Amino acid sequence: MIGIEHYIVVSAILFVIGVLGIFLNRKNIIVILMAIELILLAVNLNLVAFSAFLGDLTGQVFAMFVLTVAAGEAAIGLAILVIYFRGRGTIAVDSVDRLKG
Amino acid sequence: MQSILIIVFAPLLAAIIGGLGNRMLGNTVVKSVTTGALFLSAALSWPIFLAFVNGGAEASVVPVLDWVRSGDLVFDWSLRVDALTAVMLVVITTVSALVHLYSWGYMAEDPDQPRFFAYLSLFTFAMLMLVTADNLVQMFFGWEGVGLASYLLIGFWFRKPSANAAAIKAFVVNRVGDLGFMLGIFGTFLVFGTVSIPEILEAAPSMSGATIGFLGYRVATMDVLCILLFIGAMGKSAQLGLHTWLPDAMEGPTPVSALIHAATMVTAGVFMVCRLSPMFEAAPVALAVVTIIGAATCIFAATVGTTQWDIKRVIAYSTCSQLGYMFFAAGVGAYGAAMFHLFTHAFFKALLFLGAGSVIHAMHHEQDMRYYGALRKHIPLTFWAMMAGTLAITGVGIYWLHAGFAGFHSKDAILEVAFARGTESGQFAFVMGALAALLTSFYSWRLIFLTFFGKPRWAQSEHIQHAVHAGHDDSEHANPPRQEHAGHDVAHHVPDPAHGDGTAGYHPHESPLSMLVPLGVLTLGAVFAGWAFSHTFLDDAEFWGGSLYYNEALIHAMHAVPLWVKLTATVAMLFGLLAAYMAYIRDTSLPERAAEQLGPVYRLFLNKWYFDELYHVLFVRPAFWFGRQFWQRGDVGLIDRFGPDGAAWAVAQGAGAAKRFQSGYVTSYALIMLLGVVAAITWVLF
Repeated sequence: MIGIEHYIVVSAILFVIGVLGIFLNRKNIIVILMAIELILLAVNLNLVAFSAFLGDLTGQVFAMFVLTVAAGEAAIGLAILVIYFRGRGTIAVDSVDRLKG
Repeated sequence: MQSILIIVFAPLLAAIIGGLGNRMLGNTVVKSVTTGALFLSAALSWPIFLAFVNGGAEASVVPVLDWVRSGDLVFDWSLRVDALTAVMLVVITTVSALVHLYSWGYMAEDPDQPRFFAYLSLFTFAMLMLVTADNLVQMFFGWEGVGLASYLLIGFWFRKPSANAAAIKAFVVNRVGDLGFMLGIFGTFLVFGTVSIPEILEAAPSMSGATIGFLGYRVATMDVLCILLFIGAMGKSAQLGLHTWLPDAMEGPTPVSALIHAATMVTAGVFMVCRLSPMFEAAPVALAVVTIIGAATCIFAATVGTTQWDIKRVIAYSTCSQLGYMFFAAGVGAYGAAMFHLFTHAFFKALLFLGAGSVIHAMHHEQDMRYYGALRKHIPLTFWAMMAGTLAITGVGIYWLHAGFAGFHSKDAILEVAFARGTESGQFAFVMGALAALLTSFYSWRLIFLTFFGKPRWAQSEHIQHAVHAGHDDSEHANPPRQEHAGHDVAHHVPDPAHGDGTAGYHPHESPLSMLVPLGVLTLGAVFAGWAFSHTFLDDAEFWGGSLYYNEALIHAMHAVPLWVKLTATVAMLFGLLAAYMAYIRDTSLPERAAEQLGPVYRLFLNKWYFDELYHVLFVRPAFWFGRQFWQRGDVGLIDRFGPDGAAWAVAQGAGAAKRFQSGYVTSYALIMLLGVVAAITWVLF
């Protein structure tokens, strides 16, 4: 029998993979976007699991919202990347360091 | 006696109007207001003085304002009028009024006349506060006031560096004396519990045996207090040791020299000793100190005066020397004689200074006597005024007729009383005073002979050359202060060959009437002041009326001294005159040969006994060294390093470290954010 614990563990593993994906990644900014998706999905998984477990639909409705926002976020992130690549000719993480004083 | 209020405060009012009005009111208005106020004061002072002379006046105190009431320390602003004050009143207001008038002519070309006249009036006010003081603190107020005014007036031509230096020197040297005076006042309050002068003087005789712990020794109370007060008097009255400021103060305009450095301010010390004479009478050691310092100053300044070339410096050293006479007269207990010499000296010394100013004016601001000569025919009125002053200062008179110029009466009295005192310090003072009388006569006649007799020696003077080449003629009183043509007349060094007589084609001109009138009035004073008031000052105990300590026995002894003592001053004067005549009229090469023969001694005198150099090594250089240490080690090395500079350094270092966190990499920001979130959650949960 698959219980709530299994869902939580999977979700936690996915979340940690996503987080590590953000700051261990040294190569590509697209990987960072994917890691962010992963984090959101881990959260979604939690929401859905608790929704089913508690018999409350609100969690699933929230999951739908998160999916929508994640799609929009991915679209904006990729658009920024395209513009950035046009301007600087690279999207390697190491060379993206203009965010400082 | 309410007129004293007008006498004292009219000059203050004039100074305020003139000083604040300055250019808004214009030269003529300010000059009229200040001069008018001073003549008013003088006109009101003489009746007070004459009332005391005629014996119809009582000492009185006019209250003005409450001042300090703090526990035992109680004193008010009030004006005391007694015989001693009355003498000072006429001296101060008369000389000051005449100097104001004289400055109309002397300062006519100066751009800052309102300021000058305001300072003069301010000075007069401060001096009047000093002499009318009923308590020591008010006296100190006046004391500092004259110090301030003299600083302002010496440095009047403040664009001239030497004038600034002289002003600072005068102020600083006076501070040294003031410290003594302040300690004296504190000590007096400690011992007597009051600063009121009448109360102190009443209690003073009973303190004569008391002792006090001072610097770890038991010493006589009154001696300590009086010596401290006398140190104050030494500073103000330029006595040996603290005299160095007076000759330098000649950087100021000549009317200032006449007013401050001859007639009034420098007499403040003598006045103070006379005012506190019952205190000094209870302090035998202090009196001996006063006598010896006075006598030493007297001879020292006279020796220096014989070698100086600057006409004003000669008179300045002469002032120093005459102040020495006054002090040793006070020191031997003849306060009346001291005040008498102060009184006569004020007239003839102001006359000499103003006369010298007239000569300087005529000679286009040349002050070096080597470039004078033969001025007798060109400026005869000035010549006769200077002659009167010289006859007065050298003490010309005939003993058997009891008639003579002002200095004859006062100086002879001082020498006789010093002899009559019979103490060792008195004998010392008598010998020094007699020698100084000889030297006084010598340098005074030297001044007259060099300036007014002989042949013209003007051609070498840069000032005269400048005047001639700039096209100034007799009618024009070009009066630029010295600093303005110090640099650009080097080209005119070659004397004009057309004038081989040493005049360089220059024609000295007699001074305007505003300068001659004061000379005339002071000439009357120099001739008659001694003869007219000799009896009053010296023999009339009722005149003084307890305002100073009057030693009747001493005055009797003074009149009973042997004939040779009475004639000493006159004989010394004649020898001095003869020496000056031989050296500067008969054989003009004699002074040079004498200077060569006496090499080291001459140089010692010429360089003022190396006092300035000595003080430079002893005080000025160490002070600068200390200053530099405090500046570089203390201020820069310590306070700056650990204060502002240190704080700035720490902030910069901290910022440098914090800067590294801002790498620009999104990933590191994310990591830090995560750590922050984790920390926050941990904090909330546990």
